[in-house]
Amino acid sequence: MDLTYTEAEEEFRRRLARWLAGVLPGLPPKPSPDDWPARRAYDTAWQRMLYDAGYAGLHWPVDAGGRGATPTQHLIYLEETEKAGAPYVGANFVGLLHAGPTIAAEGTAGQRARWLPPVLRGEEVWCQGFSEPDAGSDLAALRTRAVRDGDDYVVSGQKIWTSHAEVADWCELLVRTDPDAPRHRGISWLAMPMDAPGITVRPLRTLAGSTEFAEVFLDEVRVPVGHRVGAENDGWRVTMVTLSFERGTAFVGEVVACRRTLDALADEARRTGRWDDAVLRRRLGRIDAEFRALWRLTQWNVAESARTGGVPGLGGSVFKLRYSAARQELYEAAAEVLGAPGAFDLDREWALDRLSSLSYTIAAGTSQIQKNIVAERVLGLPKGR
Amino acid sequence: MDFQLSDDQRALRSGMRDLLGAVFDRDRMRAAVERGGALDRALWRELGAAGFFALRLPEEDGGVGLGLPEAVLLFEEAGRALLPGPLVATHLAAGRVKGAAEGAAVVTAADGDRPVAHLADADAVLAGGGPLDGEALRAFVAAARPVRSMDPLTPLHLPPPEPVVGGPGRIAVAPGGVAGRAAFAPGRAPAYAGRLRYEAALLSAAEQLGSAARTTDMAVQHARERQQFGTPIGSFQAVKHLCADMLARTEPARAAVYAAAVTGDPLEIAAAELLADEAAVRNARDCLQIHGGMGFTWEADVHLHLKRAWLRAATGLTEAEAEEELAAGLGAAPPRSGSSAAYGPGRSQAGGGA
Repeated sequence: MDLTYTEAEEEFRRRLARWLAGVLPGLPPKPSPDDWPARRAYDTAWQRMLYDAGYAGLHWPVDAGGRGATPTQHLIYLEETEKAGAPYVGANFVGLLHAGPTIAAEGTAGQRARWLPPVLRGEEVWCQGFSEPDAGSDLAALRTRAVRDGDDYVVSGQKIWTSHAEVADWCELLVRTDPDAPRHRGISWLAMPMDAPGITVRPLRTLAGSTEFAEVFLDEVRVPVGHRVGAENDGWRVTMVTLSFERGTAFVGEVVACRRTLDALADEARRTGRWDDAVLRRRLGRIDAEFRALWRLTQWNVAESARTGGVPGLGGSVFKLRYSAARQELYEAAAEVLGAPGAFDLDREWALDRLSSLSYTIAAGTSQIQKNIVAERVLGLPKGR
Repeated sequence: MDFQLSDDQRALRSGMRDLLGAVFDRDRMRAAVERGGALDRALWRELGAAGFFALRLPEEDGGVGLGLPEAVLLFEEAGRALLPGPLVATHLAAGRVKGAAEGAAVVTAADGDRPVAHLADADAVLAGGGPLDGEALRAFVAAARPVRSMDPLTPLHLPPPEPVVGGPGRIAVAPGGVAGRAAFAPGRAPAYAGRLRYEAALLSAAEQLGSAARTTDMAVQHARERQQFGTPIGSFQAVKHLCADMLARTEPARAAVYAAAVTGDPLEIAAAELLADEAAVRNARDCLQIHGGMGFTWEADVHLHLKRAWLRAATGLTEAEAEEELAAGLGAAPPRSGSSAAYGPGRSQAGGGA
């Protein structure tokens, strides 16, 4: 059990921190949350800066254009960028964390050369077309059809919960290519250009009032067969590669951010006198214990993946289960620190965060689905209802 | 950074599991239950011979020369096996009370107004002013009141309500230990001061971790085997989710306990104790629930885990103390225990197995 970083890792950390300290003050102001083109421009400009400095695709394999960093270096990168207040991955999320790694793992040489460099350089933005109105937790129930017509697939159906759909260049799309096969065996993975005729994007308004994601309607959209990654009808397996990335180190920066929020909550409570309430103090102390443990669990999982060759394990499901609940508890406590009317004033810090935290036990696999995964794949309990 | 067990640490852990399997199997555990938790001196000496108590003493003092991370692994196994006795107090007394390191002496602790475990078997008691033995111990025992212990593996006394009149304890100090005569500090002072207070809390948390992992295993095994409605009950989501919750309590507690053992940071120890106590108590509760009617019987082992977990949760830092200490460390003004260092340093001692 070794929590010390090697001299090379510390040097990596120092160099990154120096670079961040140099470039962050020069960034333009953050765009308005509802101005999607401006958000795209801001996020991709940051990605370009990372690329020029040699930090783009840090944990991607070298032959995919990445830096081949170790899981520990990646952890340091996520920790330091968050501590320095660097921009989030934002519009580059799907490209860097879902579609890109999938193409890197399953794509042909030509597909990798076509799609990966623009992601790393911040030139192209991807979105995700997985969920459908009737295929949420039960993703394999998806019905969007793709029918071969010469060198194209003709795609019709509907996708939902697609973030950045309005500003994306590409969509990683799951379609049904064999309606007669067992449902996991009739799915294919396509890269769909978002400017193709037949695509209609309708933004969805969240309970927080913003338009974080969209519905995507597909009406006979033509996608070249060459845009399929992996074999026809093998898309389910191809997709699982992607999803395991999502549950790996995706929340490292957020845990660091949550710990900073907790410090800020304590400062605010001391300032307003709420700190005199022992029940509130103890609640914040308990949340601190939780996030300390989550941070150590992250290090544990990263060290494990470093030993097993970099593949995020099923430990990610336990982590997500616990983290999503902890984040909600953090912002519930924040509402108590704010008190009325602060907690009901959406212009106050944390009031909106409390609303967005509600998605954490739903998005990227509900807590109930995570529990099924933990019970069946980690603990070995039988499948069933 | 390689926050995983080293090969030596794995060997140490499996060695301890093998040892307990050999000297404290289920039959012996149930025999200990039936005799009300009275200690088996031969077993105590075997633990001593295996280095359980002398683990962290320097080799030149006859110890094993290992550190807190290794101790935590051994205490985790002890908690898993429901090993009875004042394990934490005797381990912490090694080098301070004669015979503790070898398992020749049984040392318990009188910590504030908390019940004292295994007092009738004790050769010494760690108390506020220092260890009590001889006359002072006899006076302490005479004034303490035995209670009908809820945990059949842990006999309990209430500490004397009033200061006990008795001579100062004659303290025998092991070679290399710090000499000194304990002024007999009566009843209600904490047993441990400074660093020892946190070490006691951490080792108890490690036992809780072992218990939490064990009740998870027991629940999962039962859920796989027990059939109702023509299928294993573990195929029902209502049961599955209880099991998943148990693992989701155990694994963060494990990361917290191991990390706290590596850094020795008091706040990390407070956090680890909170998570481990919660994992042990709530996992035992869920395990009991999954066992259904059998879980409510004397014959099933799950009640032994629950009662021990409840008792251990009442030792070490209280929940309020731990939460208040963590809260006091929050905020930009009072720096975290070494701000970036809170993410940082600490390397467990390398070394061979016991």
